[in-house]
Amino acid sequence: MDLNYTEEERAFRDEVRAFLEEKLPKATADKVRRGQELTKEDMESWHAILNERGWLAPNWPAEWGGCEWDAVQKHIFEEEAARASAPRVIPFGLSMLAPVLMKFGTEEQKRHFLPRILSGEDWWCQGYSEPGAGSDLASLKTRAVREGDHYIVNGQKTWTTLGQYADWIFCLVRTDPDVKQQEGISFLLIDMNSPGIEVRPIILLDGVHEVNEVFFDNVRVPVENLVGEENKGWTYAKYLLTHERTNIAGVGASQAGLDTVKRMARAEMQGGRPLIANPHFAARLAQAEIDLKALATTNLRVVSQTAKGGAPGLEASMLKVKGTIIRQEINDLARRAAGPYAMPFPSEAVEGDNDPIGPDYAGKTASQYFNNRKLSIFGGSNEIQRGIIAKVSLGGMK
Amino acid sequence: MNFELTEERQMLQDTLRRYLADKYTTKVRNGIIDSETGFSAEIWAELAELGVIGALFTEEQGGFGGAGFDLSVVFEELGRAGVVEPFLDTGVLCGRLIAALGNADQQAMIEEIIGGGVQLAFAHTEPTARYDLSRVETGLQGPGETRLTGRKAVVINAEAADHLIVSARESGAVDDTDGISLFLVAKDAPGLSLRGYPLLAGGRAAEVTLEDTPATRLGAAGAAFPAIEAAVAAANVALAAEAFGAMNTATDLTRDYLMTRQQFGRPIGTFQALQHRMADLLIELEQARSAVINAAGHLESDPRTRDLEIAAARNLIGRVGRLVAEESIQMHGGIAMTREYELAHIAKRIVMTDHRFGDTDYHLERFIDLSTAA
Repeated sequence: MDLNYTEEERAFRDEVRAFLEEKLPKATADKVRRGQELTKEDMESWHAILNERGWLAPNWPAEWGGCEWDAVQKHIFEEEAARASAPRVIPFGLSMLAPVLMKFGTEEQKRHFLPRILSGEDWWCQGYSEPGAGSDLASLKTRAVREGDHYIVNGQKTWTTLGQYADWIFCLVRTDPDVKQQEGISFLLIDMNSPGIEVRPIILLDGVHEVNEVFFDNVRVPVENLVGEENKGWTYAKYLLTHERTNIAGVGASQAGLDTVKRMARAEMQGGRPLIANPHFAARLAQAEIDLKALATTNLRVVSQTAKGGAPGLEASMLKVKGTIIRQEINDLARRAAGPYAMPFPSEAVEGDNDPIGPDYAGKTASQYFNNRKLSIFGGSNEIQRGIIAKVSLGGMK
Repeated sequence: MNFELTEERQMLQDTLRRYLADKYTTKVRNGIIDSETGFSAEIWAELAELGVIGALFTEEQGGFGGAGFDLSVVFEELGRAGVVEPFLDTGVLCGRLIAALGNADQQAMIEEIIGGGVQLAFAHTEPTARYDLSRVETGLQGPGETRLTGRKAVVINAEAADHLIVSARESGAVDDTDGISLFLVAKDAPGLSLRGYPLLAGGRAAEVTLEDTPATRLGAAGAAFPAIEAAVAAANVALAAEAFGAMNTATDLTRDYLMTRQQFGRPIGTFQALQHRMADLLIELEQARSAVINAAGHLESDPRTRDLEIAAARNLIGRVGRLVAEESIQMHGGIAMTREYELAHIAKRIVMTDHRFGDTDYHLERFIDLSTAA
């Protein structure tokens, strides 16, 4: 055991820092720091900058343009990027669909779609959840019926993150309603410009349009857009979920959040002293930091064990539960630190050209606190994760 | 001891609950939140008619209540329905300050308040004061003058207010309790400017700037602090009751959802993991009810006892409120975070209570200070 970075790792960290210093657009970093909404262009531009440097796809093999970083390198990059207030890379094509295509897709699908994911030409979204199929994803009802060279798709998906920007959606659809639920599901790639698709916004409690409902009305999908075999989609979906969880601990984001809370707590005065010197607040902050230190090491231990790609199921579940609890606690601390200036509606407090209302760090704290309640809900809720952990630990106990 | 509501309070509670359940639907309320004024003049007038504001004042003052338990009954109901209209600001904070400090002319305004004909806002907190009640830097032109200059932060209901009640420092250091005076400032007073904005949990507020703004005295020079503390104590009882009402709605919605939402072929309320969490919410809710009763029952006690009980209630309500809001959202899943679903607003009302007149930590410290003081 050695908790210190090697000389190579330190050199890599310096290289990442220099890159972020030089290439991360200042205006974008400012928006991220303030919690302002990013435009599609902001996100696409950062995607392109990373691609140009060859640092867009840490988990991809080199033959497809990936950087094949080891666990420590990924950790260093994530931590430095979060500290520099870099935007998150949109994961749907890059970290979710791509691993599935590489493992189960046809040569043609790989050659067509993978380069377009890297170049940013195709924006992907995820068609998993339905109004009646949340935690019980396998009960999904969106139907695909084979008719000659096409599938005809009818149904509805929901919680489709950034679907309003998407060119393509990867979808779980039911192709056989007469077998066990998990055995009648297929994995389809659907062009969002197909006739019969309608995207409707869902406005969340902070007024933000981030997720959507997607409706399919007799949408024709060429059979060559089926991934792998018909009715084997559940296997691919589970494979994808282990990759969705690669960065599930969110250590970098929590670290950056903690730094922000400290900055706020040094600036906020209460009872004639900075909030950071208040023993109650300081104790909460310290506990979050202590938990995060341990989580960072847990994360590195787990990721190091797996040669490439996703963490194994049990540990991924543990990282997700603990990681989201810590991040949500940090969001709560930020909201508290903001005091009365957490109250204004965020779009008024920090967006647009007006001066912020109150300190510029305050306006988004409450809405981020609420928005990040999603962390323990999506990608398999924390209840589902606990179920997985218990099942592995207690085996087949009845 | 007797834990029953009086007949009058029971009637008021029933009337309010029926009216709000019928009239103040999610759709109506979301429309009000999106409107330019952020509140409904019609609802305000009808609730005034039903006696909501009159219940906040004593008979002596022209009302028919005014005690802690009157406040808790009214605000629990307002909280259940997630009402965003500024009853706390006009009725409790400003109403009490005028009743406590006003001269005969100013007292006459209380009748108008009770009738629903006037809007008021308490412009007290300043941009760097956080929750420190005695930190006031807004100043006067000179001794004996009544022209004000300074800035006030997150003044709720400022845009709609016919008058602002503004605090200013007449003497002493920035956080002395002595030396603070109150003034009435008319909405069209010269040198008064507002930057208005909506709030995350509904309603509107403004950043208020005063520059050489003419004002009328409310009460004696430099001696307003005890009245401010008393008004804020009443507001804290109201806020605790309001959050408690909202917590009831959150748990009701969650229970209904657990009983109806089907996953894995059965209602999710049949899963023991969720049953135990629901049970914990119900246990904590009873604690919250008792905390509100403790605070409301001591609003008329001596200031130290009053403030100790109120700090205890706000701390407990803050902790339980966070638990109820977070667990209700979690047990619902994504639906609870959408604007169209009632719980989204209710959860915001619960959590954002923590940002008015002190959060959970502030009240914890206050409790420690008050309970260890000789």
